[in-house]
Amino acid sequence: MTRTFVICALAAAMTALVGCGETEQTAKPATKKSDGKPWEASDSAFVAPGWKAGDQAAWDEQLRNRAQAQNEYAKVK
Amino acid sequence: MARMKFICDAERCIECNGCVTACKAEHDIPWGVNRRRVVTLNDGVAGEKSISVACMHCSDAPCMAVCPVDCFYRTDEGVVLHDKDICIGCGYCSYACPFGAPQFPTNGTFGLRGKMDKCTFCAGGPEANGSAAENAKYGRNRLSEGKLPACAEMCATKALLGGDGDVVADIFRTRVLNRGKGSEVWGWGTAYGKPAAKTSGATKS
Repeated sequence: MTRTFVICALAAAMTALVGCGETEQTAKPATKKSDGKPWEASDSAFVAPGWKAGDQAAWDEQLRNRAQAQNEYAKVK
Repeated sequence: MARMKFICDAERCIECNGCVTACKAEHDIPWGVNRRRVVTLNDGVAGEKSISVACMHCSDAPCMAVCPVDCFYRTDEGVVLHDKDICIGCGYCSYACPFGAPQFPTNGTFGLRGKMDKCTFCAGGPEANGSAAENAKYGRNRLSEGKLPACAEMCATKALLGGDGDVVADIFRTRVLNRGKGSEVWGWGTAYGKPAAKTSGATKS
């Protein structure tokens, strides 16, 4: 009798715990996140050397110079 | 302010698919998704032309216009990006895009269609620059590392140019002025000879 009672109590407790583990499913309105500026500091270890993160002018200059690597006429002349 | 654009020089593209491979490797793109691909016109015919195509980051992007959940946005640099947390994977952008840029990963037994994926001009997404969350959803953010898109930088023949529109247009203009245009171009005709003149009875419509 006691054994049956304990089993029933454990089963009830387990069922209650399953309810506690349920994730919230309430729909939230999707909001657009604002994107950061590309010249803002990036923690990546792959940042190209030669420019200072956080400086827009330096970033512009860096990309302008880097684009010239695609210009073979700048290399051969 | 830079305005990012791609230009593909059809006289130079040799259909090596290096740009496709560079993109896939850089962003760890899953099987079945091609942010960039090479299209060949008149494949196998003398004078065939290949062109590398991806999102063109349109100034008036049709995908932005048709998206029912408004998940697209344009950065100050003119890069068209989207927020995967808002995208519902409906596919309207895919129908609207003239370049076939939007891609949809499929997985599972029933080919469940996931959220849209496309070229980001290596600019990531709305998450913090270079963060793990951004990398997982959109791949590398090379622009924030002071680099240009991997596809353009890896192009062996420099057919694909990427960067500030004014700069790449200037590079392309210099190239055309040096090599000439039309029959003057150092290309197929010079390498393999001009196509034979058609005889009057053998013309095709």
